[in-house]
Amino acid sequence: MKTKPLIYIILIVLAIIYLIPVYVLLATSLKTFSEVSLKNMWNLPKHLTLESFKNAWIGNEDKGYRGLKGSFLNSLYLVIPATIISSFLGSMNGYVFSKWKFRGSDFIFPLILFGMFIPYQSILIPLVQVLRKAGLYGSIPGLIFTHVVYGIPITSLIFLNYYQGVPTELVEAGKIDGANFLGIYRHVLLPLSMPAFAVVMIWQFTSIWNDFLFGLIVTPNPSVQPVTVALNNLAGSYIVQWNIQMAGALLVAIPPLLIYIFFGRYFLRGLLAGSLKG
Amino acid sequence: MKRLNEDRLYAILFVFPSIIAIFTFIYLFIGWTGYISLTKWNSVLPNLKFVGLKNYIRLFQIERFQIDLHNTFVFTILFITSCITIGLGLAILLDQKIKGESIFRSIFLFPMSLSFIVTGVVWRWLLNPGSKQLGSIGINQLFDKIGLGFLKSGWYTDPNIGIKAVVIAAVWQLSGYTMAMYLAGLRGISYELREAAQVDGATPFQVYRYIILPLLKPITIGAVIILGHISLKIFDLIMAMTGPGAGFSTDVPAYFMYDTTFRGNKFAQGASIAIVMLIMVGVLVIPYLIYNAKRQEVTQ
Repeated sequence: MKTKPLIYIILIVLAIIYLIPVYVLLATSLKTFSEVSLKNMWNLPKHLTLESFKNAWIGNEDKGYRGLKGSFLNSLYLVIPATIISSFLGSMNGYVFSKWKFRGSDFIFPLILFGMFIPYQSILIPLVQVLRKAGLYGSIPGLIFTHVVYGIPITSLIFLNYYQGVPTELVEAGKIDGANFLGIYRHVLLPLSMPAFAVVMIWQFTSIWNDFLFGLIVTPNPSVQPVTVALNNLAGSYIVQWNIQMAGALLVAIPPLLIYIFFGRYFLRGLLAGSLKG
Repeated sequence: MKRLNEDRLYAILFVFPSIIAIFTFIYLFIGWTGYISLTKWNSVLPNLKFVGLKNYIRLFQIERFQIDLHNTFVFTILFITSCITIGLGLAILLDQKIKGESIFRSIFLFPMSLSFIVTGVVWRWLLNPGSKQLGSIGINQLFDKIGLGFLKSGWYTDPNIGIKAVVIAAVWQLSGYTMAMYLAGLRGISYELREAAQVDGATPFQVYRYIILPLLKPITIGAVIILGHISLKIFDLIMAMTGPGAGFSTDVPAYFMYDTTFRGNKFAQGASIAIVMLIMVGVLVIPYLIYNAKRQEVTQ
């Protein structure tokens, strides 16, 4: 077919366009301070240096801006427990809603799912009030709790879809063998669940890492805020040179990018789980 | 029989915490926000005196909110149509047994893994038009270099463009997602079907137009819902990229809500914005959820 070369040309041009922001990110954050100017945005760096990264990471007390180091660690403390807890909750819900339906469960599940779509603005004011009352406002545990609760819809959906593909005969066989509800979960379902756990954990890790709104509202204090909020502050400050902003953006992008590079297959499944059935 | 009852009890206990959490943190909270929107609480100290729809009536008279609704409408339409056109186009191109398909796919999809804040920071500089002293920078400078200078624009700094420039960054981030959805859909359509149509004398274009596109319709509906609910709520990207902009040309309801509630302490007014946003998302999503639940029942 004659169209093949044309298809390749279109794809290559588009790929270059999609990579432009990456080029600018890399080229800018690797340049020396003397070389950085907005006019030179498109030039390759003449001398490679990690100065910008160092500044974005540690900050500069003389100039009065904070580095991302502390908030990067906050994000890790936040993301790891929140991901693990919400994955297990999702698995438990998926198990019951697929294999142990009860009266009203077909009605309740869509109600849970709706929570995935709501604008969180519609719950933020009560959320702050309740977290304050509970002494969790402005703390990482409070933010973990928030992400676990609002992660329930998507994690349950992914596990439900997955468990629906597990033959009910396996559950029935477990019952005949005398296993109870918990035994079937532990010995039949959980050992089969690793792919679903991979999808859910990667999804939750990425979306909690990338979250901005909850971090902004629940943890406004710089010492506990997640890295996206810190990056927004860094980039919104006029005293911070733009190469440092770019280096900061790259630092924040690294964890999800690594996940994407190494676990892309699972990442894709998580993406599609939110929209496609089964 | 006793065992079964015990199992049922365990099953309920398993989901009980989640159901209570969702009931409280979604539905009760929405109800509470709804109530706040009907009160006088427009300063730091809570004042829960009921004032009816006053906050809503005022809200729709605020010029900034009218601009926001218009911006959201423009953003949503442009964003959805661009993502679907580009996503479908990329999927069809990648479906032609392309060498290096996985590399192309990864390149188009990777922006999806990034935070909107990262995207916003990068595109704020790329779409910065520069100034008189500085000359053209960013994309404008690139256009100059490759002889496309006529495409230069003020981007988000031009009030006539405003939110449309933000669409570019959002499409960069999410068109790959639409591509992945369509690609998954195309892979589900058997090659026999296409070959059969070609044997019957259909051109490749006709195969797509009359066989494949109709089969992809459920995916298009799914994409519209997912992209639509993202764009109706868009906040992070605006925050990092432009802020409300000159004459609120890049402002959106989510940003206005944040400004009103958490910077301005007008909680009742902010709650009314949140409820309007919820209604917009609900109108889009609830019919889809019902349709999906029905389809699930049919397949079972």
